[in-house]
Amino acid sequence: MEMLTAYLAFPFVRYALIVGVLIALCSSLLGVTLVLKRFSFIGDGLSHVAFGAMAIAGVLNLTDDMLFVLPFTVLSAILLLRTGRHTRIKGDAAIAMISVGALAIGYLLLSLFSASTNLSGDVCTTLFGSTSILTLTIGEVRLCIILSAAVILLFFLFYNKIFAVTFDEEFASAVGTRAEAYNLLIAVIIAVIIVLAMNLVGSLLISALIIFPAMSAMRVFQSFRSVTICSAVLSVSCSLIGILASILASTPVGSTIVVADIAAFLIFSLIARFKGGVRS
Amino acid sequence: MKLLTCRNLCLGYEHVSVLSDLNFSLDAGSYLCIVGENGSGKTTLMRTILGLQSPLSGEIIWENGTRRMEIGYLPQQTSIQRDFPATVWEIVLSGCQGRAGLRPFYNREEKELARASMDRTGVTVLKDRCYRTLSGGQQQRVLLARALCAARSVFLLDEPVSGLDPNATREMYQLIEKLNQDGMTILMISHDIGAALRYATHILHAGSKVFFGTVDDYIASREKEGILPPLTRAEIRKEA
Ligand SMILES: Nc1ncnc2c1ncn2[C@@H]1O[C@H](COP(=O)(O)OP(=O)(O)O)[C@@H](O)[C@H]1O
Ligand SMILES: [Mg+2]
Repeated sequence: MEMLTAYLAFPFVRYALIVGVLIALCSSLLGVTLVLKRFSFIGDGLSHVAFGAMAIAGVLNLTDDMLFVLPFTVLSAILLLRTGRHTRIKGDAAIAMISVGALAIGYLLLSLFSASTNLSGDVCTTLFGSTSILTLTIGEVRLCIILSAAVILLFFLFYNKIFAVTFDEEFASAVGTRAEAYNLLIAVIIAVIIVLAMNLVGSLLISALIIFPAMSAMRVFQSFRSVTICSAVLSVSCSLIGILASILASTPVGSTIVVADIAAFLIFSLIARFKGGVRS
Repeated sequence: MKLLTCRNLCLGYEHVSVLSDLNFSLDAGSYLCIVGENGSGKTTLMRTILGLQSPLSGEIIWENGTRRMEIGYLPQQTSIQRDFPATVWEIVLSGCQGRAGLRPFYNREEKELARASMDRTGVTVLKDRCYRTLSGGQQQRVLLARALCAARSVFLLDEPVSGLDPNATREMYQLIEKLNQDGMTILMISHDIGAALRYATHILHAGSKVFFGTVDDYIASREKEGILPPLTRAEIRKEA
């Protein structure tokens, strides 16, 4: 406990906690929609695209990676959604090609052009987030706060529409809701979340952050609203626990958070079993 | 009073024609049953009428200003819905999304409407239940209540009784008949010719040879082709 308060005196620890909580909150909000709409593949594909974008930004020696990575990933989200929709059968194959391609090209670029002497260390950081969350600058923290606020605000404003489009796109369009536009909104928000979350857990583990809290909450709760609230609370708690544990035990931040999410999922599965309640 | 007219309508997907040269018009208050084999284009017709896809050619004319948000629609159930974590109340209320427009939250009037719709289909007792724990018949009545929130004058139903047991099926047909008696125009897709003849005023038979006409005309044309054993309408009603 003393060690903890001592650590909290460092600004970088406080930054890490603020950013960790915000990212965990944002990523859990859309998790339910992603899982139910079978959109999880987009999250997976996008995280690899974001890795590729990061590599390109590194090669171009940009001063601010985010300014390149964010628009690039958002654009890819829109493209991925289009391919996923219009070529029904080959949709997931196309996404697998794009995501694996981005991964390969990213690594190739890094190894060809990187000035860094510690290439595998850099790559590992991008993929698993290692310690980059502990080296955040105040500028990055600000950007994260602004983007998170935007994501949360959009989610609140369009909560009812997101529910309607998730539950039944056909009906929603039939009564005049622009389902395509909302799908696009969802994809763009996911892209923003993924770029944000790269700092926290790295691009390989982002899907876990989005999907685990939603899956856990869906095991136990019965209404869309309680599932959403529960997955937000769960995600924030796991993220806090994970960050603190990783500081105390000097383990990688991203993996520790994901392990906390997995533990929560197992506990919730047990609860569901005992309640004899919901199958899923 | 004409409500809906389809003129020289051809439907399909990107150069694949599914149904062609449809010509019919429907009066307000009618009960149209769309029958035909699997894959004959019934769902495609309904989606085209709803404006969810555009016709290859021809036109659909709504008379006296029926607008899209005033149509109730009960789509075929999707696999996503079967294990969806949402309460009956959340689902029925989402029927008001067209009325709410861009307003982020539902107002009191819309909640009142959702309550009334649940009463009409008898799902008020299920209000706080989770959708995925309901029986097939209960789920369909919940979706019917949701569509009622949107419907002012027209109701489109895509195979509302598929997968239901005989009791639930009968209840569903009675609910729909009641809606029709209350003045709602019904367009329903069904595999059940018996029910179509019993409840509908008009039949549209989709297929390579399209038939449109009143139930009596349909029986007559079927008898002429020797497909239907000679039954009068009265006898069909008695069987019910
Ligand atoms: N999205 C689609 N793209 C291309 N063809 C389709 C699509 N949906 C349905 N079809 C085809 O259109 C025909 C009619 O389908 P549908 O209207 O669903 O029939 P029904 O509802 O009468 O069973 C079928 O042959 C089907 O294969
Ligand atoms: Mg069909």
